[in-house]
Amino acid sequence: MNKLSYPLMGDYHIPAKFLLSHVLKIDIITPPPISNKTIELGTKYSPEFVCTPFKYTLGTMLESIEKGANCLVQMGGGCRYGYYGEVQAQILSDLGYNVTLINLVTKGKTDIKRIVKEFKKIDPKFSRLKALYYTFITLKMVKYMDHVDEYIRSNIGFEIEKGAFESLKFKMLRDFQKVKSYRELHRKYHFYLKEFKNIKVHKPDDCLKIGIIGELYTIMEPFSNYFLEKELAQNHIEIKRFTNVHYLLFEKSFKIRKYLKDTKKYIKYKMGADASDNIARTKYLCEHKYDGIIHIKSSFCTPEIGAMPIINKIANNYGVPVLFFSFDANTSETGIKTRLEAFYDMLEMRRGK
Amino acid sequence: MDKVGIPRGIFYYYYGDIWKSFFDYLKIPYIISPSTNKEIMLLGTKYSNDEMCLALKTYLGHVSYLEDKCDYILVPRIDNFGLDNQTCTNFLSAYDIVQNTFNIKTLNYNIDLEKHETLKRGLIKIGKILNKKHSELVKAYKYAMKKYKEKRESEIMLNFNKLNSSKVKILLISHPYNTYDDLIGKDIIKYLEKNDVEIIFSDKLDENLTNKLSERISKDLYFKYSKDNIGALELTKGKINGVIFLSAFPCGPDSLVNELAMRKINLPYINLVLDDNSSFTGTETRLESFVDMLKGDIHE
Repeated sequence: MNKLSYPLMGDYHIPAKFLLSHVLKIDIITPPPISNKTIELGTKYSPEFVCTPFKYTLGTMLESIEKGANCLVQMGGGCRYGYYGEVQAQILSDLGYNVTLINLVTKGKTDIKRIVKEFKKIDPKFSRLKALYYTFITLKMVKYMDHVDEYIRSNIGFEIEKGAFESLKFKMLRDFQKVKSYRELHRKYHFYLKEFKNIKVHKPDDCLKIGIIGELYTIMEPFSNYFLEKELAQNHIEIKRFTNVHYLLFEKSFKIRKYLKDTKKYIKYKMGADASDNIARTKYLCEHKYDGIIHIKSSFCTPEIGAMPIINKIANNYGVPVLFFSFDANTSETGIKTRLEAFYDMLEMRRGK
Repeated sequence: MDKVGIPRGIFYYYYGDIWKSFFDYLKIPYIISPSTNKEIMLLGTKYSNDEMCLALKTYLGHVSYLEDKCDYILVPRIDNFGLDNQTCTNFLSAYDIVQNTFNIKTLNYNIDLEKHETLKRGLIKIGKILNKKHSELVKAYKYAMKKYKEKRESEIMLNFNKLNSSKVKILLISHPYNTYDDLIGKDIIKYLEKNDVEIIFSDKLDENLTNKLSERISKDLYFKYSKDNIGALELTKGKINGVIFLSAFPCGPDSLVNELAMRKINLPYINLVLDDNSSFTGTETRLESFVDMLKGDIHE
C-alpha cells in the first residue's frame, strides 16, 4: 500500500491534505511539525551551500519516511527551487530509501499529463474529474485562508483578549478540513470572517506599521523565520505581508508587468523568483508611509541577494529604514530578537521626532 | 568618438570574442578591463553585497575599474535559450545591479529566446545607440559570428583531441568565468599543466552535444550552462581518469547540480569551492594528493 506525504509550509498542509485525501484513495501522512530535529536532519544530508528551504523540505521528507511514507510530493520553480526534486530524490535513494518523488513543476512548467500519469501509478483508480473538482475547492480554500490571514496580520498585535485570533484560526482550519462541498466552504468562510471581525481590538490610528518582504519559503514558513510575525505582533505592530500561495499561483503573472512599470526608474528587467516583486513592494511600502521594512531571506538565496542593493537604494531615497535578515539552519534566536528590538526602538524614536 | 568599456567578467568569457570583432569591424574604440587582480577584487568587495557569488563580485570590480575610463559600459542580460535552457538569476539581475550601484551610462541588450530576443537583435540595438547604420551592423554581426565560429571550432577540436593523449586526463567542470579568471582558476590550471596532466575543459566542448547528453545524468535540469558542463561528463565517459569540480562560493546552480553529478559518476573527483579569502596553498595540497592518487592508479 502506498503512503503519500509532502513537505510542510506554514498552514498550507491543511489544503494539501484536503486535496490529496479526497483525490487519492491511499493513506496520506502528515509529517510532524517542523522542529529543530527536522532542520538538523536536513542539514546533515544537504549539499554545503544550498539555500535553507532545501534543508527544511529534505528534513520533513526524512521525517515522514520515518513515519512510513513511500511517495513524496515536491513543487516549486522560478529559481533553483524547481531543481530541488531531482537532487532530493537522488539523496534519498543514496540513503537507501525506496521512495517515489513526484515533482509537480519540471523545467519551469507544470505538465499536467505527466502528473496525472504519475498519480495513476500510485493509485490506479485516480479520477481526473474528481481531481478537478477538489482542486477547485482547494484553491478556493487557499484563497480564503490567505484573505483571513491578511485581516489577522493587521490586527493581531492589538487584540484585547490574548490569543483570541489564534484560537479562532485554529478552529477555522479544523472546520475547513471537514468540508464536503464548495458551498459549505463558502458558508464557513463567511461565518468565520464575521467572527474574526467581532473580536475586539484596540487599534490606535497611529500604530507602527511594518512591511515584510522577502523570499517566499522563509516568509511563509513561520519556523524558518523564527516566528518573526509573532514577535512583531507582541510589540503592537501592524504587519503587511504580500507573499502568499494565492499570490504566487494567480496574481503574480498578472502583476509582474505592473510592477515593472512602477519601478521603471530602478529596474528594467525581471530578476527571477520574487526579486522584482519585492523591489516594487519596497516602493509601495515607502510611498504608503510605512514606518519600516523588514526583508527576510534564507542564506544564499541568489535572486534576493541581487535585489538587496536596489531595495536599499529605494529605501534610502525615501528615507525608510530597512532591516535585512538572512536565516540559516543555525541562526541564533537571541541575535534576531536583539536586532528586532533595536529596530523597533529606532522606529519609535523616529516617530517621536 | 564614444569609447565602450568591456568588463572582463562573467559575460566576457561567453561573448568577448564576438564583441571584440564586432567593434573592430565597426571601428568603434573599446577598452577591456585587465585580468582580475587584488585591486579589482577589493573594488568588487566594496561595491557588492557580502553574499553575492565570487564571480559577480569580481564582475562589479571590473565595472568599477572602468567607471571613469570610458563613455559606455557593455552589460548584457541573458535570460534564457528556451524554457529548458535558463540561466542563473545573477545573469538576469547583473544589469540592474550595475545600473543601481554605479552612476554610468550602459549599453545593454537582452537574450531571451522565449520572447525572440536574440544576440543579433541585441548587437544591432547597441550599434544603433552608437550611431551606426543598420546594413553596416548586419555585416559586422556576420563577420563577428564567422570569426567566433572559426575560433571556437578550432578550440573544440584541440580540446577534444586531448582525450587521445596518453597522459593522465582530468575533466575540469567549471564555468568559463571561473576557469579563465586570474584569481580563481588560473593557478589551478598552471599547477596541473606543470604536473604533466592533460586538462579537458568542460566549456570547450560542442555544446549542442553536451546539452543533450546531460539528460542522461539529470532529467529535470534547466540551467543552460550547467547542462553544458554536466553533459561533458557523458561525452568524455570512459576516456578520463578523474574529474575536478570547480565552483565559486556560493554558486546557486552548482551547489545542486555538482552534488547530483558527484553522486552519479563512478570516477575519482575533487570538489573545489573558492571564495575571495581562499589561499592557493590549501588548494595546492588538495590538488597534489588528487593528482598523486590518479597517477598511482595508472602505474599499478
